[in-house]
Amino acid sequence: MGKGSRARLSPTQNDGISPQATSVADLSTPSLANNPYAASKEFVSRQHRFVSKFREGHVHDGEEEPPYFTLVTTYLSYFVLILFGHMRDFFGKIFKAHQYRNLKHQNGYAPLNSDFDNFYIRRLKTRISDIFFRPITGVPGRSVQVLERVSTDHNKTFTLTGRRRECLNLSSYNYLGFAQAEGPCADAVRETIRQYGISSCSPRAEVGTLDLHERAEVLIARFLGKPAAMIVSMGFATNSTVIPSLVSKGSLIISDELNHSSIVFGARLSGAFVRVFKHNDMEGLEQLLREVISQGQPRTHRPWRNILVMVEGLYSMEGDICKLPEMIELKKKYKFQLYVDEAHSVGALGPRGRGVCDYFNVNHADVDILMGTFTKSFGAAGGYIASSPEIIAHLKLTCHSMVYAESMAPPILQQIITSMTIIMGEDGTDNGRERLERLAFNSRYLHNRLRKMGFIVIGDRDSPIVPLMVYHPAKIPAVAREMLNANVAVVMAAYPAVPLTLARIRLCLSAAHTKDDLDYLLSVLDEMGDRMGLKLSRKNLDEVVEEW
Amino acid sequence: MNPPSSILPSTDGDDLAILNTTFVAISEFILSIPGSAGVLRYIKTSYQDDPFRVVLELILVFFAIQYMSAKKYKIDDNAVKLTSKEIDELVTEWTPEPLVPPLSDQDRLDLEKSTLITGAQGPKPRVGSNQKPLLNLASANYLGLCSSDRIKEKAVQTLREYGVGSCGPPGFYGTIDVHMDLERNIAQFLGVEEAIIYAQGFSTISSVVPAFAKRGDVIVVDDGVNFAIQKGVFISRSNVRWFKHNDVNDLERVLEDIRVEDLVLKKRLTRRFIVTEGLFQNHGDIAPLPKIIELKRKYKYRLILDESQSFGVLGRRGAGLTDLFDIPAQEVDMIVGSMATSLCSAGGFCAGSHEIVDHQRLSGSAYCFSASIPAMLAVSTSEALAILSSTPTLLTDLHDRARLLRSILAHRSLTPLIDLYAPEPDHPAPFLHIRARETFLASRLRDGERAVPREDEERLWQEVVDECANQGVMITRAKYVVKQEVNCPRPSVRVCVSAAHTRKECEKAAGAVKSAIVKVFGRWRK
Repeated sequence: MGKGSRARLSPTQNDGISPQATSVADLSTPSLANNPYAASKEFVSRQHRFVSKFREGHVHDGEEEPPYFTLVTTYLSYFVLILFGHMRDFFGKIFKAHQYRNLKHQNGYAPLNSDFDNFYIRRLKTRISDIFFRPITGVPGRSVQVLERVSTDHNKTFTLTGRRRECLNLSSYNYLGFAQAEGPCADAVRETIRQYGISSCSPRAEVGTLDLHERAEVLIARFLGKPAAMIVSMGFATNSTVIPSLVSKGSLIISDELNHSSIVFGARLSGAFVRVFKHNDMEGLEQLLREVISQGQPRTHRPWRNILVMVEGLYSMEGDICKLPEMIELKKKYKFQLYVDEAHSVGALGPRGRGVCDYFNVNHADVDILMGTFTKSFGAAGGYIASSPEIIAHLKLTCHSMVYAESMAPPILQQIITSMTIIMGEDGTDNGRERLERLAFNSRYLHNRLRKMGFIVIGDRDSPIVPLMVYHPAKIPAVAREMLNANVAVVMAAYPAVPLTLARIRLCLSAAHTKDDLDYLLSVLDEMGDRMGLKLSRKNLDEVVEEW
Repeated sequence: MNPPSSILPSTDGDDLAILNTTFVAISEFILSIPGSAGVLRYIKTSYQDDPFRVVLELILVFFAIQYMSAKKYKIDDNAVKLTSKEIDELVTEWTPEPLVPPLSDQDRLDLEKSTLITGAQGPKPRVGSNQKPLLNLASANYLGLCSSDRIKEKAVQTLREYGVGSCGPPGFYGTIDVHMDLERNIAQFLGVEEAIIYAQGFSTISSVVPAFAKRGDVIVVDDGVNFAIQKGVFISRSNVRWFKHNDVNDLERVLEDIRVEDLVLKKRLTRRFIVTEGLFQNHGDIAPLPKIIELKRKYKYRLILDESQSFGVLGRRGAGLTDLFDIPAQEVDMIVGSMATSLCSAGGFCAGSHEIVDHQRLSGSAYCFSASIPAMLAVSTSEALAILSSTPTLLTDLHDRARLLRSILAHRSLTPLIDLYAPEPDHPAPFLHIRARETFLASRLRDGERAVPREDEERLWQEVVDECANQGVMITRAKYVVKQEVNCPRPSVRVCVSAAHTRKECEKAAGAVKSAIVKVFGRWRK
């Protein structure tokens, strides 16, 4: 649409992209006057655009180890927390026995929670419960309205105060900025609701298939360069109900250790044997492949019926991209089937937004099964599988979600169809390309700047997920509360989502963010980083390159 | 201290002298460490007259070295040692099977005969190539809420306020105020403390069960439950015991067995659950709730009740099985339901006490690790509940149509051909399964056939479905993943009534089903 400059200059729009958008409310805080980066001349382009693609020869930063002191004090902090927890439990069980009743046998019923399993939630997580499950209202776009709540019983329960706080939104998976209440997507969705209603009242395999489902599936297949595709009404269920239809006893699943819980769920349901390899470690994977193929099934040594290697395109807690080209080399040699979960990468990576294959310029046909979700880049819900016609036909007949679960709601389908058409540029505008390139710019810009400031940032510089390492347990709530006070909504990723000692802030970028937004964010983080000791990198900051 | 460099064997006599000076140097060095004299004296005296001790400690040292250099112990490790050349050969030789088997005849039939609706789903949708709209006896649009304008308008309003997707899991800024409203509405409607909503009805129960039941716990399950429950039970890895479908005596037998076993083996007390379904999706009948509650109390089990089919249709208010039997909903520990059936929206819920619900917020994997349900679908569900509560005629109409359908299908001409599940004329279920009668199938056996193959029976029912479509009525075969079902029910058609149909339409549709069955069954295998 070529109106990027206009949209960019208006800091009040919630999506920052479509000029039609009416503002939700003023983002009060970002202002150019008190922003140290506003005057910076290090613009890459006047348009603030960039192309997301794999660049040969670019440094891959790798993970920076935290300083020894940080590690030791982190462990020490947990030691103190756990010690105090046990002390509180010890006295609590004597003096406030009624509060511990639900951990004990009660008139013949075993407790729902075991005392041990519940310890982390009871004594560690409850202290900082206010930073999780924060309720919101309105569109989770460029900004989000967080509902203020208070607790009078040490975070056991919360009451809403009725006040709202408009925050810059770095928490939602709104990569391409399609979380919008106005604009072409919303208009199309409105028409669809009026025409189709909101449900087809039946599973797909019975009478729940509408013409809209088929239209969306054809479009998705074309978008991903695959012969066929299938839609499932929930993202989690796409993994958890498709895997059992693909593999079963006698098959082997080789899974990256950081794969999403839905893959683990599906793999367990399938009954196939599961082996795990170290995250993104291609040598480890090759070694494992040589071992399992040569040894065959455990005990009987029968050859495996087939081997399915499952990886994610972009890892949601690490922000790093899978090593697809190497994986495809291995695939040619070892003949396994490859399943790539593109929940976070579809739409967010690649010059045309077609995901990780597009990013590496790899032929989509080289990946057997492409899975992804519509929750993130498309601002909708549910997931898809794109693969060969044989596999899709088999899945349509046997995937649990097809046979038993509700089919996808028509308005959601319409959101997918319209947003995908925009990304593909088939709506006749440049809007899709603009969204892709703005997201790519935002990702690079934030990664570069944060590294330059001395934070330990992990992940790939093209990833719209930017994990900023915090480590210390005490800094988790401190950062989250301070960020909220500065009107910025961020996600704190802590145990069990990440290992206990590797707590981090996860910043999710969006094409809806303007450079001013990021500059405001950077100024907040810069100040906070100094105050809270978050700038832990030991690199010589003059040598840290801002790579474009 | 530098070790002498020329300690290597040599014939030279000087070497001995060097060796000697080295030893002297070492012993001098050791002695120069403060306190070393005492240690040496101690070692000397403790071994002086004790050769046994010397031997014993040497053995210990030897054992320690052997232990540390031994291979790590692995369970079931029967790996064969192979050279890298052999591995290469094995890798080249290995040819994997394709991931999916080739399509069978049955698969082709299913694909070819799949129903495609053009335009909106509703009481009279346009289906595939049919000229006229068909009367819909196939979808879960029991209350006719599917085409409610009130819900549509509410959805459009929500769209303008919230957009479409929620863009995040509930824990990370994905809890929207409308979700909290819906949870409150459901809890109030049922009369329980709290509720939690999931983004897909099917995934709800298969996530709720493993959130509570872990390895070592006991689950007692009805053997006629739907597929989602089977999967939830399977993935929990608990000890699963099945009881005969809706047979409380068998349930009591299983519970008693477990009690006795626990006594004999002196097992520690673990979590124990009874899992059953309110209105059985596969059988069309209803669980005997009062008796089950009595048993659960007696044997101290927690009850998980799946009301996916019964929520919104059974009982005076439509609040499900507890409403039907007039039992307070708190008596059931967990009520799991779907918002995609009678409420014509999407998603599922689990209702119970504060403790039960709160536990799922971190342990329910389909809740915690999935994006929350889109705001407009949550609002639509709330609206559907409001409509249901304020329009009691919906339920009376629905039950009236169900009775009408049953009375027509119970006609004498059909008795030798089919069985109805469930057949009682006043049965409150809004759908029923029709299966071919065993005696009819037996009368049409071909030479050398012991039983009619499942595929043929499916084909028979597909012909009935096609014939109904010709007569202007849409019905569907009940679909299963046959290979994965625990007790896969025999082929059937599931006929659903809707309050959106007038009496006349319902009568016409039921008549069409009746005549289609008579026609197709009459000519089948002749």
